Amino acid sequence: MAMEFVAARDLDDALAAKAQQPDAELLAGGTDLMVEVNLAHHRPSQVISLRRVAELREVTRSRIGSGARWSRLEQGPHRGLAQAARTVGSPQIRAAGTIGGNVGTASPAGDGLPWIAAADASIEIRSAERGTRVVPWREFFTGVKRTSIQPDEIITAVVVPDDLPEHQEFAKVGVRNAMVISTVSCLVMRGHDGFRVALGSVAPTPIRATRAEQMINAESTISETVLDEFARIVSQEVKPITDHRSTEGYRRHAAGVLARRLVERSAR
Amino acid sequence: MNIRIKVNGEERSVDVAGADSLLTVLRNGLDLPGTKDACEQGECGSCTVIFDDEAICSCLVMAVDADGSEVTTVEGLGSEDDLHPFQEAMLAEGGVQCGFCTPGVVVAGSHLLAENPAPSEIEIREALSGNICRCTGYGAILRAFETVTREDA
Repeated sequence: MAMEFVAARDLDDALAAKAQQPDAELLAGGTDLMVEVNLAHHRPSQVISLRRVAELREVTRSRIGSGARWSRLEQGPHRGLAQAARTVGSPQIRAAGTIGGNVGTASPAGDGLPWIAAADASIEIRSAERGTRVVPWREFFTGVKRTSIQPDEIITAVVVPDDLPEHQEFAKVGVRNAMVISTVSCLVMRGHDGFRVALGSVAPTPIRATRAEQMINAESTISETVLDEFARIVSQEVKPITDHRSTEGYRRHAAGVLARRLVERSAR
Repeated sequence: MNIRIKVNGEERSVDVAGADSLLTVLRNGLDLPGTKDACEQGECGSCTVIFDDEAICSCLVMAVDADGSEVTTVEGLGSEDDLHPFQEAMLAEGGVQCGFCTPGVVVAGSHLLAENPAPSEIEIREALSGNICRCTGYGAILRAFETVTREDA
């Protein structure tokens, strides 16, 4: 059976196609979909390409278009997201892959997701029939590669609150520097309301280390003892699994070490 | 489905099947086997081409989605009689062992030099971080960069 293919020219075009073919797969950078095609012999029957939709590539401080590529986000406007973007794949992958793809795929290891959680950002979604809705990240990510998006909807942007802390630090642990899927990733923000700590690859969805945040934000000085206790709570609070990439124990340990290191870095 | 792409400066028209990658179409449909097919998951960089001014992995481009685009493969960088300066430097420094990663390295390297004629060593290492050489011949590849940037200076 021949594959049906729509090269959407603009967002209305893409939304109309998705309304007509709700089972169609969306293609942006191809860094997930084409791996399935090449290695898992996945044969999509309907594909809608978003590559030509210029509206989706627009980036401002408060709204990051879903079609923004990692190579663009490496340049800003948000420090922590730029750091995360810089660790995605390789230059070839960053020139193709988009933040919308990261959000839509919703892998626990998605490099952009801890930043979204730390920023308390929302996901803007649109459909031809029901228009736009904005879903807080906690309601959007529902499980491993599961989201609350409906079949006729398209992710249009990540919506960013405007009171974001300036101090933002991202790091991830993996087996090598480039071209690696994270074993644990962490993003720390420091603002006047204290520290925010988000982690990836340690639960089905990106998470905030809420107990560890409360603990450290109740302290007046960040001593070595406080940092030790903070790291211990982060390690306790995460819910990692053992898989082909790492073990539960190592991930707990690494989560505590990373979070502690980023708190120290962001407090400088 | 039939697509039209400009490959190495030439307008070409080619039939593509289903979700076939640009890599498959370049090698099999357009008879340009210089671009190498190895991991097919964007990890190794051996299929790197310039696609609408960006160095990307052609295995991750759905060929039907490349309709109307412009592609440069290693065949478009130089010919046997008129090599690209980076190809000359790779030869001079012995930057080629088994040769499988070489087309991807040459495309990624020439793309870096086009955008930044005097890259630092960190910038070079970063630009090549998506090109994996299993012969571990990176030292010679880095020396090729030194040679070509010195000559340009």
